Amino acid sequence: MDWFFKFPDMSRSDLREFKKSVDFAFTDFSRTYGEGIENFFEPLLMFLVSFEKFFINTPWPLIVLGIILLAWIGSRSILIVIGTFLSFMLIGYFGMWEDTMSTLAIILVATFLCISIGIPLGVAMARSNKVQATIVPILDVMQTIPSFVYLIPVVMLLGIGKVPGLIAVCIYAIPPIVRLTNLGIRLVDKDALEAADSFGANYWQKLFGVQIPLALPTIFAGVNQTIMMALAMVVIASMIGVKGLGLPVLQAVSNQYLALGLMNGLAIVVLAIIFDRVTQKFGLRMQKYRNDGKD
Amino acid sequence: MSKSDTLIKINQLYKIFGDGQDNALELVKNGVGKEELLDKLNCVLGLNNINLNIKKAKIQVVMGLSGSGKSTLIRHLNRLIEPTSGEILVNDTDILKLNAKELVQFRQNNMSMVFQKFALFPHKTIIQNVGYGLAVQNIPKDEWIEKATKWINRVGLEGYETYYPGQLSGGMQQRVGLARALATDAEILLMDEAFSALDPLIRSEMQNILLDLQSELHKTIIFITHDLDEALKIGDRIAILRDGSMVQDSDPQEIIMNPADDYVSDFIKDINRARVIQAKSIMTHTKTKSSGPVVQENMVLEDILQIMSDDPSKPVTIENSKGNITGKIEMANLIEGMKRPKSQGTNITG
Repeated sequence: MDWFFKFPDMSRSDLREFKKSVDFAFTDFSRTYGEGIENFFEPLLMFLVSFEKFFINTPWPLIVLGIILLAWIGSRSILIVIGTFLSFMLIGYFGMWEDTMSTLAIILVATFLCISIGIPLGVAMARSNKVQATIVPILDVMQTIPSFVYLIPVVMLLGIGKVPGLIAVCIYAIPPIVRLTNLGIRLVDKDALEAADSFGANYWQKLFGVQIPLALPTIFAGVNQTIMMALAMVVIASMIGVKGLGLPVLQAVSNQYLALGLMNGLAIVVLAIIFDRVTQKFGLRMQKYRNDGKD
Repeated sequence: MSKSDTLIKINQLYKIFGDGQDNALELVKNGVGKEELLDKLNCVLGLNNINLNIKKAKIQVVMGLSGSGKSTLIRHLNRLIEPTSGEILVNDTDILKLNAKELVQFRQNNMSMVFQKFALFPHKTIIQNVGYGLAVQNIPKDEWIEKATKWINRVGLEGYETYYPGQLSGGMQQRVGLARALATDAEILLMDEAFSALDPLIRSEMQNILLDLQSELHKTIIFITHDLDEALKIGDRIAILRDGSMVQDSDPQEIIMNPADDYVSDFIKDINRARVIQAKSIMTHTKTKSSGPVVQENMVLEDILQIMSDDPSKPVTIENSKGNITGKIEMANLIEGMKRPKSQGTNITG
């Protein structure tokens, strides 16, 4: 009856061997292919670096002007524009300008990556139940696995730096856009699709002419969530060498600098709020046909 | 080509929803009914051996209660639903054998559809909606805008081109639906309870618009409805479905005078017979002139009654559209025609 009280687990030495073999296998893999993979991501690094440089090197008044202009185009709300302007002035005044620009750069690049991968993925999921059944569990893992755990293989493969940080941010931030694209397209009114079918629209005409436009509000909620998650990941990504607002937060945590931590933390919050409000307002304006067509 | 030519031929069409269709088809062909099939194989019998010839340039009405398979049937014609077995010939081409590309072509050029719940595209303006069937054919924009504008004007929606469907009333939305279907110049028009969602006045107005358009365009129209008055008003022929089977397919007058079974009798029992039955359906055939006034053979009994009431003893003379005398009607015939046939019961409560 021994097995009844003590779980029949594998022996310690077997377990050690098992872990070792996994570790060695991955180390071998990263030795053999690490460089190739790094080269593969080289263009991404260049893209990210030039983006960051652009943000940091452009004189601050131009950046502020550009940002409030975008906020206006996106939201058409004078309140949001004033809030954005004040926020960025405060951020700069408290000496966080450069870090904020780095964070902005990585967030924008991460969002761009997530959208360009996530939306097609969501479309593919909406098209086929098999694809959906395959991808949903992967998304579940990506959303629930502690982010530190997937940092390990990423760092083993690519070392410490911007690209592994960016990949970590993307892994964390991509699920909402994929899920909500899929959901949005699946929820499109069957009658409208039937009508498109009856007039002989082909798959692409239905996708771009009917499904995506009608799913846009949901897709946009996904974009919004993706940006929010990317911002939340900035602190953890700083552990593997991503510059920006996360780094001071990390220092503040390990050295108990309350003010530093609060300031940078709040700067992240402010960025998040601005992104959120602007994208939400933009999403609402895109569906003007829903409010009797009035702007 | 004469006007009575058959354009669409539906032969032995079966549709069974659910898995294990081969088995189910076998059972259905051996006479297993809808409920038994559901019990035995968990399959739903959608259409059971439908045979129907639809004439060119006529309005074929398909009637039935909800669940009788009429919407399923109309969706087979443009293959929004795939059949289990059977064939549908349009101009002698079996459309069930078309491949994906040919089907798209066929839908673009030969058939268009008007839907019960309008099924307009809410994110497109009225003109984009009406031009949709043309735009998917990659017709240049200025060309489809021109055609769409013409059809918007034709259904009386001038000035609404840049509105969104959500800004229009139900009746106006269905005019957009109708214009969208007509804009492709397809020969066949499928109308799936197109006016059922509209209130009675607007519905009657839409029926008139349709008849008006039909007198000019001569489309082949398949019109689904559950409303007998509507069917009698617009139908050149009426087919009645019950539980996926065709119960009767005939001339509207024939349906009223000789209902095929109790189900059809039930359908017609509440109509105002005097207002729909025409002289030719009850007249006594004769070539000699009677003593009373002369009336056309498509005049309804109500109007004949009005004429005869001046002198009830004189039978009226009936003549056809060419002016030849074809029969006579006496007061007794009128009374006989207006009363319900025996099989339908009396339904008198007080």
